[in-house]
Parts: sequence; structure tokens; C-alpha cells
Amino acid sequence: MNWRSIWAIARKDLKEVFANRSVWAPVILLPLILVIVLPVLLLVLPTRVPQNRMNIPDDLLPRLMGQLPVGLADVIAPLPPAQQISLLMVSTLFAPMLLAIPIMIASLIGANSFAGEKERKTLEALLYTPASDGELLYGKMLAAVLPAVALSWISFALYAVVVNAASWPLVGRVWFPTATWWPLMLWVTPAVAVMGLGLTVLISSKVNTFMEANQLSGLSVILVVALVISQISGALFLGVGLTMLLGAVIWIVDAVIVTVAIKTFSRSSLITRM
Amino acid sequence: MPPSLPLTEPAITAKGLRRSFDGRLAVDGISLDVKAGEVFGILGPNGSGKTTTVRLLNGLITPDAGEMRVLGLDPVTQGDQVRRRTGVLTESPSLNEGLSVYDNLEFYGTLYGIASHDLPGRIKRVLERMGLDSRMRDKAGGLSKGMKQRLAIARAILHEPPVLFLDEPTSGLDPEAAEQINALILDLKRQGHTVFLCTHRLTEAERVCDRFAFFSQGRILAAGTKADLERRVDDALRVELEFDGAIPSALPGERDGQILRIAVRARAEIADMVEAAVQSGGRIVRVSPLTPSLEAIYFTLQHRSEAPHELA
Repeated sequence: MNWRSIWAIARKDLKEVFANRSVWAPVILLPLILVIVLPVLLLVLPTRVPQNRMNIPDDLLPRLMGQLPVGLADVIAPLPPAQQISLLMVSTLFAPMLLAIPIMIASLIGANSFAGEKERKTLEALLYTPASDGELLYGKMLAAVLPAVALSWISFALYAVVVNAASWPLVGRVWFPTATWWPLMLWVTPAVAVMGLGLTVLISSKVNTFMEANQLSGLSVILVVALVISQISGALFLGVGLTMLLGAVIWIVDAVIVTVAIKTFSRSSLITRM
Repeated sequence: MPPSLPLTEPAITAKGLRRSFDGRLAVDGISLDVKAGEVFGILGPNGSGKTTTVRLLNGLITPDAGEMRVLGLDPVTQGDQVRRRTGVLTESPSLNEGLSVYDNLEFYGTLYGIASHDLPGRIKRVLERMGLDSRMRDKAGGLSKGMKQRLAIARAILHEPPVLFLDEPTSGLDPEAAEQINALILDLKRQGHTVFLCTHRLTEAERVCDRFAFFSQGRILAAGTKADLERRVDDALRVELEFDGAIPSALPGERDGQILRIAVRARAEIADMVEAAVQSGGRIVRVSPLTPSLEAIYFTLQHRSEAPHELA
């Protein structure tokens, strides 16, 4: 494996991403909305709405509070119900939503890199180089996974600052991130980035345009939606142990997807579909 | 300067190459030898198997049957080594248009294994040669069509490969840009590159190629030098006779003032025909066998291939 070639492919793909506004604009916008706009709304809006108009189901708070780890429960318990809901949302229920960032970014860059290269008719020249199939695949995967994970971690840091700042009037100290967020960011985030990308590679081998590949691979966000719904409904509560387990399961799924992707990604199959 | 092979060793050989896609034969038993240092023209219409042959010879796809060697290497098992020694101009320039001219070449130079310290100098030299050095920092997408083609050729020769595959290098270019590309091909030949030139522009091919192979429906209709190919269509020769005075009415052929053009079935018939004209009272001042153009030869052979009984 020639790492110089792999880095060259990754660097070239990243340069192309930043040269194409339709790719980099969503890469920047999505994290900004998720880590700044939404938490500020969640923390500030309840303070502007009268408590008697909040319509919070009677059993919701006791059920959610009962599942919280002790440290977090101590922070939230003394607050009025509306603020309790706000802090629960930003600290716990909202957590899986941030997984949309690595999935979406990896899928977007992956679709631009694999299907987009076919669409722009630049793939053929690349296939005539001495770079091996593996080097081409790993270079392109690196170009998608590295920014997806890096931007997710930057977003997470920004989210922590925003949450602490916006909740300062209520809590009066730095209380976020909670324990669950660390495995979520360090263990699950890279796993979902690889999953989003792996699915994009598989889809890109069947379609010929960036838009098709991006739209289809965007379906992997269903996982995030399912996790958010499970959390809110109380069916699943992501503590540290469950988050570690979730990450392990996703890594196993990744191994299967990437193995299939490696088998799918060959010069001869790519060139005959052009 | 590309490393050269001994003159006796062909740069490219193929024997009985066959490849089909979804049951349709794209290449049907092709055999050819390309000598080191020559410009070999693969001539034929779109869909005749030219591009598939280039892909096979570079190890991008594997043949269903047949054998091939490029610089003595087997593209099926040594594809990466073959591609390290070949440069390919694809039918569309295949440039990364969002990147600068320099970045395009730097990327491909790295993939072709050119050392980092050597790369800037190589890029500068190749861009000067292509007349693109003043556009080095411009986006490739902003270049004219002819410039894009020259940049794509720069990419193909950056690693100084001994064998070049050029797939329709003048397609879609204006006459001036096409002329520049043809001059470049001759220049590459002078430098010792072996050039495998796929084109459907027969007039241009006639000027730059040493030998030719006519492709049609995945098969080779005929191959050789222009003289070899002319002999294949001897029976389609035409002779031009210029008379001093009237052309005898008994003579057949196409008349144009004092000039008569007659079709003959073989060169040996020319003398008989002149004798007949003189006996008919004609005063001949010039006899010129008309050499058929490559285009005329191609269409004659193509026509015969569509009528199998004529090939026998």
C-alpha cells in the first residue's frame, strides 16, 4: 500500500470539495444549525413561554429523571419543569441528533468523491494511473471520513460551549458534557461516519450522479431519527454502557459494509459502468 | 527521454484478443504488433473497439480470450507496472476542472511516483513545452478546449512514459488546435515515444502515423503501412490521363476537359490501357496513377467487409 498515493487522492478530493459550493455549503451549514441554532432555541424558548402553557405530560419528567445518572440528575432536579425539559433535551435526548453530522458529511463528500467523479468524467484518467484499487478506495474514504470526524468533534466542542453558555443563567456552572457524550463522540461518531461512507460507496457503484448517490445515502440518517425517537419515548436511554455497545454494533456493521465495498470497488467494474 | 526498447522488440503485441460486454462482442479476435518508436494508428468509427482495446492493453479490463504484452509486461497480471510505463489521453480530457493547472499535474505526478523534489521542475518543463506555463495557476475549467487537450497530454507525458495511448486527441478541436496536437504527436515520436493513436480522423492519421490498423465492429479489417494498405485495394486504383487534344470517344471513364480518369483492377492494367488509348488516336501527355487516400482505402475495405463473399 503506497501511503503517498493514498494521501494524494485524499488531498485532491478535499480540494475539490472546497472548490464546489454545493458540497461544502451543507458541510458547514448542517453543523452550525445543529450545534448553535437548535440548542439556543431549546434553552432560551422555554424561558419565554409561560409554565402553564407548556403542556408537559405528567409522567414524562419522572420517567426521564429516573433514568439519569446521579450527577446529571443533581444538576437538573432543582430547576422548574420547563427548564428541566430544556436541559434534558440538550444533554441527553438531543445527543443522537449530533450523529447526523458525521453521517451527512461523510455521505456528502463520499458521493462527491465516488459518483461525482463519474459524473464529471474524471474517473477514467484516475483509473489509468498505477494506483491500486485499494489505494484509490482508501484515499477516497479518507477524504470523506477525516473531515466528517474532525468537523463532528469541532461541532461537539462548539456545542459544549453553547450549551454551557446558554444554560449559565439556570445552572451557574460548567456542567456539560456529561459522561455519555465522550463515548458517543470518540467511539460512535467515527463508526457512523464509516457507515455513512460505506453505504455511499456501495450506492455510488450503482448510480452515475452525485445527487442520486447523496439522496440515497442520506437514508442512513434514519438510524439517527430512530435513536432520537427511542430516547424521547423512553424505549432506549443512552447511558455510557449502552453507547459503548451501540458503537460496537455499528463497527461490526461497518466491517461488513466496508468488506462488500472493497469487493465492489474494482477498476474493471467501474470502467464498464462508465 | 523515454527508455527505448531494442528495435526488434515490439512495444505492444496482442494475439486473438476478445472481450464482450453483456453478450455483445466489443473486441473480436484482435491481433497486432506495434514497434517501439512508431506512431501506430487505430482507425475506425465510434464503437469499433478502439477504446476497449486501450483499456485492455492497460489492464483496466481483462480479456475473455487472447494474450497481450505491453513492453514485455502482461497487463492482466502486471497492470500497475504497465500503467506506470504508459501515458493515456482519454477521449474526454478528464481534468479536475475545479483545480488549478499545476494542482492537476501535481496530483497525477504523485500517483505516477515522481519524487516530490523532482515534481515542480517536471511540471514547469512540461507546461512550457505545451505552451501552458503562463496559465499554471489558473483553474483547469477556465481553459479553452484546445488548452484542456494540451493539459491532458501534459498529464499523460509528465512521467515520461515510453508508450503513449492517445484516444481521439483532436476530437472536437478547431483546425488550428488540431494542427498543434498533430505537431506534438510528431514531436513525441521524434523523442522516441511509441504512440498508439486512436482516431476516426483519417486525413490527420495519414500525416502522423507510420502504420495503421482499420477497426470495424471489433475486428481488424487490415493493418500495415500506407503502401501495404494500397496493395490491398489495387483493384480500386484510378489512373488519370491528360491528352493533347480531344479524348477518343471509344475510351471509357470520367472526363474533365482534356483529362480522363479511369478505374483499373490492377497496376499491371495501366500499360494496356495507355496502349489502347494511343491506338484509338489519343495523344497522351501525362499518365498519373491516383494514389488512394487512406479514407478511400478504409471505405473500400469497409464496404467489402460488409459483403463477405467479396473478401474471399
